[in-house]
Parts: sequence; C-alpha cells; structure tokens
Amino acid sequence: MSDLTVFASPSAAFGNGVKSALLSVFSIVLAGTYLGLGALAHDFGFTAWWFALSTVLVWAAPAQVILLSSLGAGATVVQAAVAVTLSAIRLLPMLVALLPLLRRKGTRFRDLLLPTHFTAISMWVESLRLLPGIAPEFRIPFCNGLGAGYMGTALVFGFLGYYLAAGLPPLLAATLLFLTPMSFLMSTARNARMLIDRAAFGLGLIVGPLLAWYEVELDLMWTGVIGGALGYGVHRLRGALA
Amino acid sequence: MSALSAELWPYFLLIVAGYLPNEIWRALGLVLGRGLDEESELVLLARAVATAIIAGVVAKLILFSSGALANVPLSIRLGAAGCGFVAFLLVKRSVFAGVLAGEAALLAGGFLFAP
Repeated sequence: MSDLTVFASPSAAFGNGVKSALLSVFSIVLAGTYLGLGALAHDFGFTAWWFALSTVLVWAAPAQVILLSSLGAGATVVQAAVAVTLSAIRLLPMLVALLPLLRRKGTRFRDLLLPTHFTAISMWVESLRLLPGIAPEFRIPFCNGLGAGYMGTALVFGFLGYYLAAGLPPLLAATLLFLTPMSFLMSTARNARMLIDRAAFGLGLIVGPLLAWYEVELDLMWTGVIGGALGYGVHRLRGALA
Repeated sequence: MSALSAELWPYFLLIVAGYLPNEIWRALGLVLGRGLDEESELVLLARAVATAIIAGVVAKLILFSSGALANVPLSIRLGAAGCGFVAFLLVKRSVFAGVLAGEAALLAGGFLFAP
C-alpha cells in the first residue's frame, strides 16, 4: 500500500484538495455555470447575498436553476420544493457510493457531515477518481479541500455574474450553459472504467431522453433505476459467465 | 406582514423550498451509506444508478435545452457534443480537450449556421 499519497498533515491534505479543485477542468466549468446562474438571479430580482447563501446551502447547480426560475416566476413554495427535491434524488446513490471511500475504522459521524454537504456532481466525480490513490486517513480533509475549492470558485463567479448580468450576448450565454452537459458527459465517461459503469452510462444517455420525451413522471429517478439495474445485470451476467 | 418578516421572507423560502428538499437526499445517503463496504454489491449498484442519472441529466440538458442554449438549433448542439466527445477520445480521454472542442464547435456552429 506504499504507493498511496501521504500528506504531512490533515491541513496539507486539505490544501492539496483545494489546489486539485482549482487546477481541474471543473473550476472552469463552475466559473462559467455560476456566471450564468448569478446573471439569472439578478434578472429574477433576488439579492446577491441571497444567491450566495443559496450556493452555500443548496450547493447543486440544477436545484439552484429550478429554485431561481420557479420562485422567480411566482411558483408556490410547495411547487418549488417538489421540483427541487425531484432534481436532488441523485444525491442519495452518489453518497452511498462515495462514503465507503471516506470512512475507515473509527471515523466519527460528524467528520462525515461536511463531505456529505459538499457532495455534488463535480466533487463526486473528482473524489471517485482521486481518493483511491490517497492514504485513507487523509481522504476526508482532501475531500473537504476539493469541496471548498469548488464552492469558493462558484461563489466568486456567482457574484461576478450577478453584477455583469446586463450585457451577456445570447451566443455567449448559450456557450456558458453548454459547459455543464459537456463536462458531465466527459468526466463521467472518463470515470466509467468498469463494464457496469459503462453500461449504466450508455443506458442513461438513451433512457433519460426517451422517458422525458414521453413525459414519464419522475423521469430521472426511473432513468437511474432502469439504467443502474440493467448495468448491474450486465455486470452479474458477465460474472456468472466468467 | 411587518417590515422585518418581509425582509426575511426570501430567506425562509430559500430554506424551505431550496435547502431542505435538496439536503434531505444527502442526509438519507449519509445514513444509508455510512455502514457499507467499498466492495459491497450495493455500493456498486448505487454507483451505477448515480451514473445512469447523471447520463440522463446530460442527455436532457443537450436535447431539451432551456434558456439561451435553446436558441441554438438541436443539430448544432448534438454536433458540438459529438465533436467534444471525439476530441475527448482522441486526446487521451482528456476532459479539458473534450469540453474545449465541444464549446468551440458550438460557438462556431452558432455563429455560422444560426438563423
């Protein structure tokens, strides 16, 4: 196990996590995404501090888009809450997959609270990729560093977008919105090394839009269940045949 | 409604309609996931489910875009995503190269062919 990265201290691991976050492609993607979200918050008449607090508390770009556009368009609290919670279901399987990498014998429950809150697609993808190469005792501070680096980037560019809101040319605004699907597509494909993940990824790409096209309710939840279960089936089948 | 509560109302909305309905799934994930082993089959299944959901999100964002991206024709969005993915595969599975190529293709396509 000597090839695992070891740090001088937990704070060094945290600092390295921040550095990894800032140097990864996701910091550019988050910068672009939150430029766009900040502008949206401005256009819907929210204050800059309200938007910053929503970034800290919600910390999920899709949920924030829904929150801004539903409340901004005059939806009721219940309508907004239902739409947000449906978009957030993915966080559950993400945490179930991430926590075993963080936890070891003697890890205190409260030490898992911060990484749990920091969990979002960008942090999750990078954690699954980088944590296996890091000594277990440094994984939690490293993960917190990643989360803090990403959240800091989002906050700075959220404010910037809020105050620059007025004059984004439409094509540039479209390019900013295109950053999220592009980065999720490539980073998830990069992480999908096992057959089960590749199968789930390919199935999700097909099943997701089909269910949305036929306006199936809870389409993303069913995409997860169908894509995940079939991917798992393929994995078990190959295991049985091998 | 007093002036104070009118000022706090947006923050109340943020907690009730944003923070709590989102965070509940993180909390459930923490409760369910903290006792599991890295190698357990359930963790493998959870990762597959999460991966499929993210793939679904990606496909929906590209096919059924909203906001300014919806004004770019679907064929250009799909073409740009394809260009990005090919660049990603060609340049040693580099996410940076893929995102850059996809964005450049979208910008070029939007500039040249948009109505």
